[in-house]
Amino acid sequence: MKRLKGIGVSPGVAIGPAYVLLAGRLKIARRFIRPQDVDDEMARFHRALELTARELKEVKLHIPEGMPQALSIIDAHLLMLRDPVLLRETEKLIRNRLVNTEWALIQIFEHYKRLFASFEDPYLRERIHDLEQLIDRLIMALQGEDSYVAPSEPAIIVARDLSPADTARLQASTTKAFVTELGSRTSHTAIVARSLGFPAVVAVEGILSQVNPGDLLAVDGFSGEVVINPPSEIIEEFLDRRRRYHVRKALLYNKAKRPAVTKDGRRIAIRANLELVDEIPLVLEHGAEGVGLYRTEYLYVTRDTLPTEEELLLAYRQVVEGLRPYPVTIRTLDLGGDKFADHFEGPEEINPALGLRAIRLCLKNLDIFRVQLRAILRASAFGKVRIMFPLISGLGELLEAKQILGQVQEELTREGLPFDENIQLGVMIEVPSAAAIADLLAKEVDFFSIGTNDLIQYALAIDRGNKDVAHLYDPLHPGILRIIKQVVSAGHEAGIEVFMCGEMAGEIYYVPLLIGLGLNELSMNAQTIPEVKALIRELYYRECQVLAQEALGLATPEEIELLLREWLEHLDLELSVRQLWN
Amino acid sequence: MKASKTVVILNELGLHARPAAKLAKLAQSYKARIYLKKAGRTVEAASILDVLSLACAKGAEVEILAEGQEAQEAVEAIASLLQNKDNL
Repeated sequence: MKRLKGIGVSPGVAIGPAYVLLAGRLKIARRFIRPQDVDDEMARFHRALELTARELKEVKLHIPEGMPQALSIIDAHLLMLRDPVLLRETEKLIRNRLVNTEWALIQIFEHYKRLFASFEDPYLRERIHDLEQLIDRLIMALQGEDSYVAPSEPAIIVARDLSPADTARLQASTTKAFVTELGSRTSHTAIVARSLGFPAVVAVEGILSQVNPGDLLAVDGFSGEVVINPPSEIIEEFLDRRRRYHVRKALLYNKAKRPAVTKDGRRIAIRANLELVDEIPLVLEHGAEGVGLYRTEYLYVTRDTLPTEEELLLAYRQVVEGLRPYPVTIRTLDLGGDKFADHFEGPEEINPALGLRAIRLCLKNLDIFRVQLRAILRASAFGKVRIMFPLISGLGELLEAKQILGQVQEELTREGLPFDENIQLGVMIEVPSAAAIADLLAKEVDFFSIGTNDLIQYALAIDRGNKDVAHLYDPLHPGILRIIKQVVSAGHEAGIEVFMCGEMAGEIYYVPLLIGLGLNELSMNAQTIPEVKALIRELYYRECQVLAQEALGLATPEEIELLLREWLEHLDLELSVRQLWN
Repeated sequence: MKASKTVVILNELGLHARPAAKLAKLAQSYKARIYLKKAGRTVEAASILDVLSLACAKGAEVEILAEGQEAQEAVEAIASLLQNKDNL
């Protein structure tokens, strides 16, 4: 038995044989060919090229609408397949060094891998994965295996990474789960798994070198655990987890679409955080009442040029229409800092988290800002849209951004383009100074949304990426609770609602406290929503207020955490929260 | 026939994946052999992999070289593509 751990990106439990996909490249040996066989080898290479091109063109037809990213990856593969240097150099290696095509292709790949690894630009560096997937595909074609043959029996698909071409061909009936060596929450594998409802674990280091085809696997797509050849007691445990998961999922999902109202009648809006158009079905299925945080960076960082107004409008409109009549809260560009400052002009920053990012970057690059605001406003003609500005630190900044927004609205009116003239505008409260002057900001906006990830980092002066101090990052720090309390009070006094997005809003233990602090709306990852809604329906707002009052009187995060855990346990919930995952 | 021209990349994000693809496609449409030279390294313009491997950022100076039929036309077409700020 071997236990591995990755990132669980699509919940659920699966047990079944491993079907190792695209492992070809890892097992390639150098084989010498006789000089008289060179022509045959060359023909073999060209057959593989043709076969792969045909397969890719066929795959293109199977890609569902609304996945332009997948389509452009396939197009890149097709173009590389015709790359004259790739073709010539491979042929040269075969002819001059008398080696098999597979080995020649690996040499070419290694050459580009070294070159690309030296790039400073992370997006350019990532292109090597396009070539890698293509070479994998060619090698599968060479070895006479149809690279797309789905397993004949239901199996757990194990791969280095899954490209859109792979997932388009896998059949739901014979796929139990995905386990990949690479990947993240937003990688293609994760999105497809979630939309199809398979468990998936990504970023499992070393999985390919440790698993053999046919090995029995137990996979938990929530905890990220993957067990290779589990003994019977582990199998029992996973079967039990799976049973509980299904029972609970059915219970939660049946009720997910109902509103979250406490027993004494306070209604809390539960919305989802969303990044990709593909996530709309997932968001709806989990009972989200719209989107509380639409992250708009994706279109700016996954491509080579700035997106046009029409491209942005298309994406925003799809989301807005898909979620109608619920609101979609669009956060304007939050680039910079840790993310992608190098795409914009400016010197390298020593302290990017405190540098030119988010609203600051937009106010300095007004062309980019205006284009995005135009697209957001135009999308508001198709449903309910709310705009929010990230990283506001003072009143001047907010007024400046509002002025630009006003100008853009006038422009659209002049051009006769429709938009919602009563569109709601909010600011994210992420900078401690904004929290301190919340009463002043409240007069200028329609809502606040507390972005806890950045707020906690700035308020506690903790860089979560620094492992020496990351343990000090604690949402339950009394200082954080006081800030939240103050922002909520300032908002409510001015007659505006206060929302929360960020990880803190989706942590089940914190929910009673957050409701007690008076937040009107919580926005979280879609998968968490059914559970949070079920919990809220068991609560009394009055009791939550008492809990919040008690928590605000405690001096340390440890005491507060203990209070919350005990409080939740005493609730004796019908659907005892977390029971499933323990 | 030979031709050459030096241009500066004006595109905000440099010679990224999509412009590299456009460039390779354009280069493939000419009979002339077309090369790009940057910082002493010369690559074939018709190869998307090689074009990407030049890692041209905004402001990079690139020399376009062509030999063969329609060399001059090819150089001009590639130069105007590289210098097109918006549609690259």
